[in-house]
Amino acid sequence: MSIDMSQFYQVFFEESAEHLANMESLLLGLDLNAPDDDQLNAIFRAAHSIKGGSGTFGFTDMTEVTHVLETLLDRIRKHEIAITSAMVDAFLQAGDVLHGLLDAHQNGGVADEAASREIRAKLEQLTRDPGGKGMPATVPVETAPAPAGPSSQHTYQIRFAKTPTIFPSEAQLTTLLEDLGNLGKIENQLIAEDSVSLTLTAWAGEAELRDIFSFFLEPEQLTITLQGDAVASTGDEDGYGFFVEPEQLKAAIEDEQGFGFFVEPEQLKAEAENAQGYGFFTDVMPAVQAAAPGAGGVAGELAPGETPHRRATDRAPDTSIRVSVEKVDQMINLVGELVITQAMLAETASRLDPVENESLLNGLAQLERNTRDLQESVMSVRMMPINFVFSRFPRVVRDLAGKLNKQVQLKTVGEGTELDKGLIEKISDPLTHLVRNSLDHGVELPDERIAKGKDPQGTITLRAAHQGGNIVIEVSDDGAGLDRERILAKAKEKGIPFSDNISDADVWQMIFAPGFSTAAVVTDVSGRGVGMDVVKKNIEGIGGRVELSSKAGEGSTVTIRLPLTLAILDGLSVAVGDQTYIVPLSFISESLQPRAEDIKDISGQGQVVHVRGEYVPMVALSEVFGIEPRVTNPADGILVLLEGEGKKVALFVDELLGQHQVVIKSLETNYRRVSGISGATIMGDGRVAMIMDVTAMIKMAQA
Amino acid sequence: MQENQGPAAEAGSRELLTFTLGSEEYGIDILKVQEIRGYDAVTTIANAPPFIKGVINLRGIIVPIVDMRIKFNLGKVEYDQFTVVIILNIAKRVVGIVVDGVSDVIALTPEQLKAAPEFSGAMDTQYITGLGTVDDRMIIVVDIEKLMTSRDMDLVEMAAA
Repeated sequence: MSIDMSQFYQVFFEESAEHLANMESLLLGLDLNAPDDDQLNAIFRAAHSIKGGSGTFGFTDMTEVTHVLETLLDRIRKHEIAITSAMVDAFLQAGDVLHGLLDAHQNGGVADEAASREIRAKLEQLTRDPGGKGMPATVPVETAPAPAGPSSQHTYQIRFAKTPTIFPSEAQLTTLLEDLGNLGKIENQLIAEDSVSLTLTAWAGEAELRDIFSFFLEPEQLTITLQGDAVASTGDEDGYGFFVEPEQLKAAIEDEQGFGFFVEPEQLKAEAENAQGYGFFTDVMPAVQAAAPGAGGVAGELAPGETPHRRATDRAPDTSIRVSVEKVDQMINLVGELVITQAMLAETASRLDPVENESLLNGLAQLERNTRDLQESVMSVRMMPINFVFSRFPRVVRDLAGKLNKQVQLKTVGEGTELDKGLIEKISDPLTHLVRNSLDHGVELPDERIAKGKDPQGTITLRAAHQGGNIVIEVSDDGAGLDRERILAKAKEKGIPFSDNISDADVWQMIFAPGFSTAAVVTDVSGRGVGMDVVKKNIEGIGGRVELSSKAGEGSTVTIRLPLTLAILDGLSVAVGDQTYIVPLSFISESLQPRAEDIKDISGQGQVVHVRGEYVPMVALSEVFGIEPRVTNPADGILVLLEGEGKKVALFVDELLGQHQVVIKSLETNYRRVSGISGATIMGDGRVAMIMDVTAMIKMAQA
Repeated sequence: MQENQGPAAEAGSRELLTFTLGSEEYGIDILKVQEIRGYDAVTTIANAPPFIKGVINLRGIIVPIVDMRIKFNLGKVEYDQFTVVIILNIAKRVVGIVVDGVSDVIALTPEQLKAAPEFSGAMDTQYITGLGTVDDRMIIVVDIEKLMTSRDMDLVEMAAA
C-alpha cells in the first residue's frame, strides 16, 4: 500500500478500545432469556468494526479472533443459535484477548498467543456445537454472506458508490483498486461519476473482499454479486442493495442531480426506502421529500410504513466528532480570558451613570449573560458522564465475585452525572480499588450472610451526584462494616498511637495510613495494605476529599467529594494588608469573628481558638506570607476555619471580601512554585490574586 | 516581535534595546523584548526575594516582575508614572524587568562590540557579552536570557531549567 498506515493507528486503537468497551457493556447487559435484537446487532457491529479495522491495518491476529467471534455472533443474531451464558463468558474472554492484542500492538508488547488460540478454538467449538441448522447454503436476501472459503475461484461483479466523502482523492480509489488487483484479475473496470463497477476473478471469499472495502465504504454502499447468481445477492444483510439494477442506479443519480422530479413513483419509493432505511445518501432525503409532493406524496406516506424493511441495525448518523483535548483546553482558556475581561468591563461600567449610559449597561448585562452561557457550554465539552467509569464495574464485580464465591449485585445510581474528563481519568483507579475492597472485605460469604439474616446476595452501590459545586461519589456495601477492634489491634501492632476513647471517625481514618490492612488473609484481590492511602492521596491530588462511614453489621460507605472541574474553582476572597488571597471554598467549614476570650495562648506554640468545645490552632495569614496586616487582634478580624486531611486550622485574615468563581492560572508557567500557593487567578479588577494551598497551609500550621 | 529586523540592520550587526540602571547603560537583544509598558500595581508573592516585586496580569498571562534596581542596588527605587517595565520573552517564559528608563534602539556592528574586561560592575561579568561604543556612549551588552535564567535570579525552578 502506498500510504503510510501507521498514522491512522492511533485512531484505530482508540476506536477499537471503544468498541471493545461497548461490546463488553452490552454483553453484560444482555438478558439471556430474551436477548434483545438491537443489542445483539450492536455487539455484532462492534466485533465487525474491530475486524474491519484490524484487517485494514494488518493486525491479522486480531482479525482472526474477531472473525470467529463474529461468525458466532452472526448466527446468534439471526436466531440460528440461542445465546447461552457459556457464550457470553466466551465473548467476554474474547474481548479480553482482543484487549491484550490491542495493547500489544499499541505499546509494542508481546501478545498472549496461546490465549488467542484458545479462545478461537472455544468460539469455533461453540459455533459448531449447539446443533444449529447449519450454515445457510444459499445467500438469499435475508442472510449475510456465508464466509466463503478460498477453495475455488469466483468471479464477482462488484459495484460501489464513489462520492467525494468516500474517496476524497483519486489516490484512495487507486489504492483500493490496487488492493483488489492483488487478489485477482480485474476486468471491465468502469469508473462513472459516482459509482464504480468492475468484475473481479479471485480466489478470495466474499467476506475477504468486503474487508478490503470496509475501510472506505459502509456495507450498504457496496454490492458484490457472485457471477451467475440469478438473484442479485445484494450483499450485506437484507438487501440494502442500492444498486440492484442499473435502472435504479440511474434513478439514484438522477435523483441526486435533478431532485427527482422526473422519477416514477415506484422508483422514488425505492429511493425513499433506501434512504430512509439505511441511511444511505442521507443528503438525498430532503430532495426526496421535496420531490414527494410533486410526485404524489409517495415518500411522505411511505415513511411510517417502512418498518418491515427497516432494521434495528440502522446506523445512527455520526453525531460526535473527535477533538483533541488541547483544542478544548485552549477554548476553555480563551473563555476564561473572556470572563475576566467581561468582569473588568462590568466593574468599570458600574461607576457610570446608569441613566446616561443605559444602552451601554444593557449591552454589558447581555454580554455577561452570554459570557456565562458560553463558559458553561465550553466547560461542558470537557464534561463526561461518570458512566465512563461506572460502566467497567459490572465486569469487575462479576469476575471478582465469582473468584471469591460471593454473590454480589452492583447497583449504580446517577451514572449520568457529569464531571471533567481529567477527573474521570483520575478517579477510575481509586474507585476500582474501593469497589474491590468492598467486595473483598465488606460483603460476606453467602452462608455468613444467611446466618446474619441478610439476603445471601450482597449489594454494592455506586452513587454519583452533584452537591453544591462538588461531585459526590459514594461506594457503599451492605457487608460487615469496619471492625473497630481489629483496626485498633492492628494499630497497636503497627505502633500507631491512639487514645482509649478514640472516636469511630478517627478509627476509620487509620485505614488510610500507609501499609494498613486488616484483611486476615492477603489475597490477590486485596489486603496488601497498599491501597487506601493511595486512594486518599490520589483523590486529594485532584482536590477531592475522602470520607468513610461504617456501621458494624450493616456495611460501610466511602464518600468521595470532588470539585466539578480542575480549571475553575469556587473560592472565598480574603484580604490581608493590601493583598487579596483566594481560599478554595471546598476547604472552608465556616468563618467567624472570635471573641477575645476564645483566643488562648499556648506557650511557645502560638494561639488556639475555642470553637464550640474544640480548640483549633490559629494561623495568621499575614505571618505565613510575611505581609503587614491591617488588623493585629484576632478579635477585630475574621477567622476562616479550614478543614483538610481530617485536621482543622483557623486562618486569621483582615476581612472577607466575597465569593467568586475563579479561573485557575499556573504560577509555574512564567515563574516557579511558591510554597503555600497553589496558583493564581485574575480578579474582576484585572489584578492578580493568589490562590492558597490549604493542604500545605495546614501542614505548615502543624510543623 | 520576531520580525523586528529594523531596516538599519546591516549584515552582522545586532539590534539592541538600551536601558539605564543608575548611571550605567545596558543593552539587550531586542528580539528578546516583547513589549515595554508602565509599572502597574503588582501582586506580591509570599516569601519571594525582595527584587521579585510580584506578578502582574498581562492580558491574562501571569507575569513575574523583577526590579533590576533592587537586584543590582542601582538607581533610586521609586514607582511612578515614569517607571518602565520591559517585558521579556526568554526561555519560553514571559518576565518583566523594572529599569530606570529605556533609552533607544541601536544597531551594533561586531566591530563596535569589544570584549568585556574583568571589572566590578553591578552585574557579574559572566552575563556580559561585551561592551559596545556608540557615539561616545558605552553600552554594556548583557546576555539577558542567561541572566534571567540564572540561579541568581531564582526565577526558574532549577530542576526545570
